[in-house]
Amino acid sequence: MKYLLTLCALLSLAATSVHAQTAADAYYDPAEMEKARTALRQETGGQTFTFVQADRLEYQTNEGEGVLLWDAQGWIGGDINKFWFKTEGEYFLDADEFEEAEVQALYSRAISPFFDLQVGLRHDITPNPSRTHAVIGIQGLAPYWFEVDAAAFVSDEGEVTARIEAEYELLLTQRLILQPRTELSFAAQDVEELGIGSGLSTVEAGMRLRYEIKREIAPYIGFAWNRKIGDTADFARLEGETVDSLSFVVGLRLWY
Amino acid sequence: MLTRRKLLGTTAAFGAGVAVQALLPAWARSGVHNNVKGLRALSGTNFDLIIDKTTVMIDGRRGHAITVNGQLPAPLLRFREGDEVTMRVTNNLEEDTSIHWHGLLVPFQMDGVPGVTFPGIKPGETFTYRFPLKQAGTYWYHSHSGLQEQSGHYGPIIIEPKDADPVAYDREYVVVLSDWTFEHPHRLFAKLKKMSETYNFQQRTIGDFFREVREEGLGATLNDRLMWGKMRMSPTDISDVTGATYTYLVNGHGPKDNWTALFTPGERVRLRFINAAAMTIFNVRIPGLPMTVVQADGLNVQPVEIDEFQIGVAETYDVIIHPQADRAFTLMCETIDRSGYARATLAPRPGMEAEIPPLRPRPLLTMKDMGMAHDMTTHGDMTTHGDMSGQDAMDHSGMDHSGMDHSNMGHSGMNHAAMGHDTMAQGGTMQKHNHPTGVGVDSTAMMPVNRLHEPGLGLEDVPHRALTYADLKSLDPNPDHRTPEREIEIHLTGNMERYMWSFDGVKFSEVTEPILFYKDERLRMTLVNDTMMSHPIHLHGMFFDVVNGEHHHKPRKHTIIVKPGEKLSVDITADAVGDWAFHCHLLYHMHAGMMQVVSVREKTREKAQ
Repeated sequence: MKYLLTLCALLSLAATSVHAQTAADAYYDPAEMEKARTALRQETGGQTFTFVQADRLEYQTNEGEGVLLWDAQGWIGGDINKFWFKTEGEYFLDADEFEEAEVQALYSRAISPFFDLQVGLRHDITPNPSRTHAVIGIQGLAPYWFEVDAAAFVSDEGEVTARIEAEYELLLTQRLILQPRTELSFAAQDVEELGIGSGLSTVEAGMRLRYEIKREIAPYIGFAWNRKIGDTADFARLEGETVDSLSFVVGLRLWY
Repeated sequence: MLTRRKLLGTTAAFGAGVAVQALLPAWARSGVHNNVKGLRALSGTNFDLIIDKTTVMIDGRRGHAITVNGQLPAPLLRFREGDEVTMRVTNNLEEDTSIHWHGLLVPFQMDGVPGVTFPGIKPGETFTYRFPLKQAGTYWYHSHSGLQEQSGHYGPIIIEPKDADPVAYDREYVVVLSDWTFEHPHRLFAKLKKMSETYNFQQRTIGDFFREVREEGLGATLNDRLMWGKMRMSPTDISDVTGATYTYLVNGHGPKDNWTALFTPGERVRLRFINAAAMTIFNVRIPGLPMTVVQADGLNVQPVEIDEFQIGVAETYDVIIHPQADRAFTLMCETIDRSGYARATLAPRPGMEAEIPPLRPRPLLTMKDMGMAHDMTTHGDMTTHGDMSGQDAMDHSGMDHSGMDHSNMGHSGMNHAAMGHDTMAQGGTMQKHNHPTGVGVDSTAMMPVNRLHEPGLGLEDVPHRALTYADLKSLDPNPDHRTPEREIEIHLTGNMERYMWSFDGVKFSEVTEPILFYKDERLRMTLVNDTMMSHPIHLHGMFFDVVNGEHHHKPRKHTIIVKPGEKLSVDITADAVGDWAFHCHLLYHMHAGMMQVVSVREKTREKAQ
């Protein structure tokens, strides 16, 4: 219904425009003029772009154990409406298996000068058993230059979880940039089979120092710290896993 | 009759294929031989112009340009006032093209804006422009299709006056300033849409923070950072596209190529400056040599001697210089953000060079540039904080007045004595914003002020005379003295983070109605700059009478820079029926949506409908 309304609005908009400025029709073929007007409107603010960014593409080493981590996102669309995708995950080199891997497909709509509202689906490929979630979130630039991505998830099993991620950039020089980053995960209930406890479940914090060879290409080094909290930590202990870890990371940040 | 100027200016006009330096027109002659190709003048009344892709050499590097008759810049067209000229323009590109005659008062169907005044010129097609020349002076022409202007599709026009020229000079040169990138313009624009700070390599660093703490104290520095941070804006947003990708050109020559203009000491030399850049506002000076401005945007002004002037994209200034010494001078054209420069040399003999002054530090924007005229609160009749309690209702993206430290905001740059109190009063009141403010508007100017008495961003503190719009007075009395019957207010709006630009919060792609003018009405257009950038605003088909005082010698311009946080007025006589493009002449701002159509209609017919 909403799409139908939008379509109607667009059509009526196009129709008004036809009558808005037509002086040139007296001198040139009106059909040609209309084509040119449509093209001009489209290319003067109505364009579509594609963005792909690997914010983190890195190798982590923690007491000799190697992990590959990726965190990428991108979009296609105009200023207001975008199709947005996100993917992140970890691959344990020693165990030769994915620890986590998820993809999100979202409709994103600009709702304020600095924020987008995003709704869609998230699918976790691992861990097993896999889950699919409905997603609602906001992403954008908060006051004081914090890049914020906050989302709530409802899984197909009815579990409610949430995540908030914030990044900041400190310019040591124009190209050498220190980026602190933190991510908090929450759960509304225990999900024992996934080892998640209710409340604040995990805290991640990291610091990455990148050098922008070009704006689009920046290698970095840094460290990442993870800690499981509360019941989540208890579940981990029962499994014989560690509840916190500190890793050194080396990686690449790319966008196009 | 062959005048002296003609001899100097058009000797190569009919010498097709002649590439000998000595036979090049004076405006294009250079002391350097590596890029003399293509700098020719054409004169007469019939012209054949061929738009094509051409390989060019810029500072020794190969690039692909869109050119007119294989030349970058396009050939100088020398017209004569009163003539009717015919231009056959052939498009050899694989995409549509066009030529717009910037500043020329032509019938609107000859104005050359695809989608507004004609359908454009298709690949393989020849389009014939024909119009009478109703004016004299320095103008230019450029593509109005896509981003072709960035790729080299621009050239100068000189129209010889029908009567005696009030400006006396012995020799003249055209100085076409532009910005060149080896990147594809569409890629460049896409980068701005994805990450608007892509080309800003002059942001404030940790080092700047500690330096400021030492100079200003911790409290003031923190307050300043918090204030800008809260607004999510950067005081270093001076230019969107910078020397990080641009090479700045004089007549198609990079700084290394060093285009050189020759003079004999004691001569009066007329320099016709044209800013044909896509995105670059230049500060122009010739260290050691004062300049006398005699023309602005093609129309004569009362001579005013200065040492530096800021030239917005699409503006033109003619200056007279009078070098007496047998020495070289550097023509220094520094970009407004000081990330680079275009440079040429004026010398008595080829091969001579003068010192190139170092780039000055880039300016920082202040609260005044945000349309919050707080650095004027000391001025007595200005509003104080207490009077601004209504601001919360204005959706000002969370501005925090408590965080502002006035000591930090460059009062020194203000020339209170030079500011008329009438203009202060205009700016001193709260600004209404009766336009949509949505996703595309990240700020609105609460207290915009008239800044016509200021020389332009970053020139407030220079230790020499810098031109201001208030210094300009037209030589001839204005043709129309009527008091405006109607005032329309237009806001320049944008969202830097999303790289959205618009008028009144609406991108051209979403505009439903043009701006209506009625035939022969006298109207006042008031421009309010809600953004933090300087926008050169251009109206096709009619001149702006810049309201810089209550007199009949207002400078008449086709393009005017509206400074950040500024509110200014221009008066217009709507004598040209038709649809006219109205836009910011920063190419990527226009492309992002900062454009409208002004439709001049017969009032009676409009009523009949």
